[in-house]
Amino acid sequence: MMSEFNMSDALNYVAGHINYWMIIAVMMVGLYTLISRTNLMKKLAGLSMFQTAVILFYVSLGKVTEGTVPIIDQGYTLYSNPLPQVLMLTAIVVGVATTALGFALVIRIKESYHSIEENEIEAMDGKE
Amino acid sequence: MGNDLILRVVTKWLSPVIILFALYVQFHGDYSPGGGFQAGVIFSSAILLYGLTYGLDAALKVVPETALKVCASIGVLLYTGVGVVSMLRGGNFLNYSVLLDSPIAGQHLGIIVIELGVGITVASVMILLFFTFARRVTPE
Amino acid sequence: MTEQITILLIVIPLIAAPITALFKQNFYAWMITLLVSICCGVISGYILLEVIDGKHLIYELGGWRPPWGIEYKIDSLNAFIAFIVSVIAIVTNIFAYRSVPTEISKQNIGLFYAAMQLCLLGLLGIALTGDIFNLFVFLEISSLSSYALISMGKKRQALTAAFSYLILGTIGATFFLIGVGFLFAASGSLNISDIANRFHTFEDMQLVVTAFIFIVLGLALKAAIFPLHSWLPNAYGFAPSTVSIFLSATATKVSIYALIRVLFDLYPVDYWQSLLFPQILLVLGCVGVIYGSFRAWQQIEIKRLLAFSSVAQIGYIIIGIALMSELGLTAAVIHLFNHAIIKATLFIGAGILIYRSNTTKLEDLRGFGASMPWTFAAITIAGLSLIGVPGTVGFVTKWYLLEAAIEQSKWIVVMAIVIGSVFAIAYIWKIVEALYFNSKRKIHIHNVKSGDIKVATASKSMGLALWLGAFSCIYFGLFTEFPFASAYAVAKGLLGL
Repeated sequence: MMSEFNMSDALNYVAGHINYWMIIAVMMVGLYTLISRTNLMKKLAGLSMFQTAVILFYVSLGKVTEGTVPIIDQGYTLYSNPLPQVLMLTAIVVGVATTALGFALVIRIKESYHSIEENEIEAMDGKE
Repeated sequence: MGNDLILRVVTKWLSPVIILFALYVQFHGDYSPGGGFQAGVIFSSAILLYGLTYGLDAALKVVPETALKVCASIGVLLYTGVGVVSMLRGGNFLNYSVLLDSPIAGQHLGIIVIELGVGITVASVMILLFFTFARRVTPE
Repeated sequence: MTEQITILLIVIPLIAAPITALFKQNFYAWMITLLVSICCGVISGYILLEVIDGKHLIYELGGWRPPWGIEYKIDSLNAFIAFIVSVIAIVTNIFAYRSVPTEISKQNIGLFYAAMQLCLLGLLGIALTGDIFNLFVFLEISSLSSYALISMGKKRQALTAAFSYLILGTIGATFFLIGVGFLFAASGSLNISDIANRFHTFEDMQLVVTAFIFIVLGLALKAAIFPLHSWLPNAYGFAPSTVSIFLSATATKVSIYALIRVLFDLYPVDYWQSLLFPQILLVLGCVGVIYGSFRAWQQIEIKRLLAFSSVAQIGYIIIGIALMSELGLTAAVIHLFNHAIIKATLFIGAGILIYRSNTTKLEDLRGFGASMPWTFAAITIAGLSLIGVPGTVGFVTKWYLLEAAIEQSKWIVVMAIVIGSVFAIAYIWKIVEALYFNSKRKIHIHNVKSGDIKVATASKSMGLALWLGAFSCIYFGLFTEFPFASAYAVAKGLLGL
């Protein structure tokens, strides 16, 4: 059944996956901001953080312990996996496009509603 | 901000250096870390810096908006063009090896043109984004 | 040579979109877009004929061999979806010519058409690609352009609708990306068939289940499957008419296609069967059908009514998938096609109403049917197909779906379908009653002098698009060979029979 709880094993586990814990923290902060704030700009900021966390996740996936930059050179045999970084280049561009589009929408919402608070906007929509 | 002497002088000196660095990143992209995305963003940051210090109108004089729109399209067309040329030369879409007679030279040419297209598009889109937002929001 | 043709589906819009963006005149931008969609339609039709008997077309992008390179693997399902998307694009563009100048400001027309082409490109890309990360990229290309397109709607609610779609759509896409990351960590590959082939080597890893949940959740958000549909009614309700037509008929369908790919090709069927996933889908589908139809019945505005009915129709497709039988899947795939036609026709009808009367509120349209009999005849035909009256396309789907449910004696599903259809009768009746049977009311038209000749006649191109849709509603209801043969081939392929 359950193996005996070993404090140092547990600590090693936590410390060994420190990057993932940080990523989870960033992701949850982003997601929480996104859900809890009514200010549209803050929502977008949360969304950006959420996406950034995923980018960090991919990049840390590609890291090989003691691996170096993936450019073939004499004297090195172990390289990090370049694929996740290349993928994330695309994801960053998608993220930039999403954020820019989001900002553009917020500006236009501000122009036509004179507010960027979600509850105020909903109240105005409800009247019509 | 336009009256701050230090900012104006520093911007004048810094902008060309940033652009030069962008070009380095752009054309060294096939040997070392770098490439179109990074170069485009760095290039646009030079114009952004200029626009922030000297104002939107001055920046618009340096790079007119119509030119940016055309450039954004040209970049995408360069990218697709490489793919189409490689199809016309009997390879698959974006197969650089068939671009020239020797595959290695073809690969070099292919990736440089592709990255150039990416760089042009990214730079002009970034600057366009800045201009669009800057014009829309009047400073309070 | 045939292989080279597949990539043209992506290349043609990719070349045309940046050029279109530079045009300002409606006519040229529209002409290019129409030509692009006709080219895509012809090519995808040709590809569909090539692969319908179970052949595969494989295209390696850049000549890189999979699993390293991106591979486009076309079987009957891909080709069928690509065909639906491009045919709807053609019909939408026929409609767009008159409608777009009235709804989009002049300096944005070129950009509008460019965004339409990019959306088409993204949807075709999702349909063709065999690489799961490439799928994410195309998903975002189509989504980003559709956020922009929706925000161009006339009313200011279009902005908030686009914004909430942007937030939810991006969450969906990011969930999908997390799932792909987990799967990549487990398998080291991004190629769908490569992952599927080596699935048994990493089957036991906890990561794989997590990846499954994230991927399915992400796609379900994009496909607006019942509890995750909240963005859809506003987005389709407030978008410009052209955009409503195109997106309602294609965007959710393509996301469902991606879901089908993940369920049947990426993951082995018995793997997710053991996670009780079919049962969950079945429940969601049934609740979605009833809820969507009920909410549609409550609406007082045609476009929102149709949008809620889309939620219900997606429920039918999900039921078909969840039944996991040959008949059920066939029904689901046929319904992808049928619903695309029906919804496109109905939204074209709504678009004509907006074009002519500037309103879609049922109350304002009372008795309007007498003054535009042909338009309303077509709307009624499409409405009857939505209910599932024999002789129309809707009947074909419901028939197979009921048969599949009865075959497995799932009586609750049968009940849900029947209740959904009853509500469908109710909400279609609401439209018909308002248009034909209520006494006429003088409608108030903004910015138009009363008796203006332009408002009194529907333009020919719009009528053509509408009747193309209405005609195919009946044609494919009577002569079911083509969609049935395609869908049956697809279902057999998916279940590996």
